[in-house]
Amino acid sequence: MTTPTTQSVKVFVPIGMLGGGFAETMVERGMELGPDVIAVDGGSTDSGPHYLGSATAKSPAASIARDLRLLLRAAARADVPLIVGSCGTSGTDTGVDWVAGIVTAIMAEEGLDLPVARIYSEQRADDVQGYLAAGLVHPLSPLGELAPETIDSCTHIVGLMGHEPIVEALQAGAQVVLAGRATDTSIAAAVPLLRGMPAGPTWHASKIVECGAQATTNPRTGGIFATIDHEGFTIEAVDPDTACTPTSVAAHMLYENADPFLLTEPDGVLDVRNATYRALDERRVRVEGSEFRHAAQHTVKLEGARIAGYQTVSFVGVREPLVLADPERWVEVLRKYLFMRVEQALGLTEGQFDFDLRLYGHNAVLGKLDPASGPPRELGVMLVVSAPDQPTATAIAQVMNPYLLHMPTQEMDYLPSFAFAASPAETERGASYEFVLNHVVDSPTPTALFRTEIGATAHV
Amino acid sequence: MSDQPLTLADVCHEVRSKNAGPFWVTIDVFAKDHETYQAVADESYLDEQRIADLYDVDRETVRMFRLPDLDVVKISFPRRVSQGSLHDRDIHAGQHHVPLAVLPVPPRHTAGAVGRKVVR
Repeated sequence: MTTPTTQSVKVFVPIGMLGGGFAETMVERGMELGPDVIAVDGGSTDSGPHYLGSATAKSPAASIARDLRLLLRAAARADVPLIVGSCGTSGTDTGVDWVAGIVTAIMAEEGLDLPVARIYSEQRADDVQGYLAAGLVHPLSPLGELAPETIDSCTHIVGLMGHEPIVEALQAGAQVVLAGRATDTSIAAAVPLLRGMPAGPTWHASKIVECGAQATTNPRTGGIFATIDHEGFTIEAVDPDTACTPTSVAAHMLYENADPFLLTEPDGVLDVRNATYRALDERRVRVEGSEFRHAAQHTVKLEGARIAGYQTVSFVGVREPLVLADPERWVEVLRKYLFMRVEQALGLTEGQFDFDLRLYGHNAVLGKLDPASGPPRELGVMLVVSAPDQPTATAIAQVMNPYLLHMPTQEMDYLPSFAFAASPAETERGASYEFVLNHVVDSPTPTALFRTEIGATAHV
Repeated sequence: MSDQPLTLADVCHEVRSKNAGPFWVTIDVFAKDHETYQAVADESYLDEQRIADLYDVDRETVRMFRLPDLDVVKISFPRRVSQGSLHDRDIHAGQHHVPLAVLPVPPRHTAGAVGRKVVR
């Protein structure tokens, strides 16, 4: 599909995360720059395992719809593709169908009829077992070899697609591509690669734009714009008062990336060690020298989450100076009493449940890594109980409640009463999930693990 | 000026931390200028062992990158608790820069940094 006459491909990314909200004028300005594609990320693992584990979205439908409406209108008017990656936060099949439903409703309201493709990236546990048995699954640091039972424990498993399934959908005639879990970069890279742009500049540009204006001098403005050609790429902020500088652009390779020089994609590795960053003017940066090494074996990274337990939370405030004088000693004694009381009342011992006591105002955030010392002015004591089921978690929190209310210090011969923030004191959090996969699968073809369906009607 | 020694945060544009996927933390140290970068990047000041001590992680797992063109030192290491698990108190690992950010900078450099601040 290489078009020899294509000199450059322009990519408009309106925001780092669909549903985050951007100004209508920013979309207008981005479209004035003449993009060949609008690409926007709809998900991430960054907000934790809950969204994959429960197959629910982080953003409400209204905020997704608000952003999508502006982008669908813009794509229709300019007759360019709109690509949404990692639909529904975690890119589960449910997430793709959820976004497809929103798109269907908007298109009906707006009188639009853009061809839609849905690309599903969820993996069946049986299939992953098969890959494992065939020796096709490899761990990524810091996790070790995958155990079969870990696969079966996952509530949802997704594979991160590269650009290939998206390219196929575009070739099949789709103008709106709703992708399940995809690498952050693949959604921006698909059209430039389809139109014959070189892999080095394409993947590097795609990494720089993946978080929207994060790579500019004012990340709050939202939009970013890349022009990729045969020698490199040029990057600019969409907001006219915001700039891309060589530093703001180069620094983005650091962002949420353990290695600042290398980025692994299903199809190979981006290497920016020889990249140069040059200011074209006050707002635009030229990048050349980015390299991409195609891998001999295509790999698809897996993400999986499982239920770690059911949680119940309680939160009590402490202003009593005798506690604040030595919170560590107080909480250590409290912890012992809580274990004793749970065993006495419920017959549960350590190992059958777990809890975390966090001293907000003292060291809740960093724990023993905290470099500061000295008494806090007040203490927020958060109790998080985890148990195999919700009623047990709540029962544990309830029998702990009198201790959170009255736990004295050693010098007190009376019972103090601390300040609960709400009644009832316990809040049920439901299932709590954990990520358990950090592995790649050797994929026979770049599209083998993904399923594409044309049309916006949600599949069963 | 107070007698408090200057910290890394004082001589840097930004010290930030963030998840790099659910199992890694990455810390970016943006020095204010190249002279500061050289002091910060000096192995006698900051090396894998120092990070291992500050963050209670195995020295062998610490990855350090020195980027003189950007005046940046980047540090990555595996999360001590996986993201979102019961004992994870920082889902985005966005506050884990602090133990490093409050590290005092070498005295000789401190004098230089203060001097530059006055000039500015």
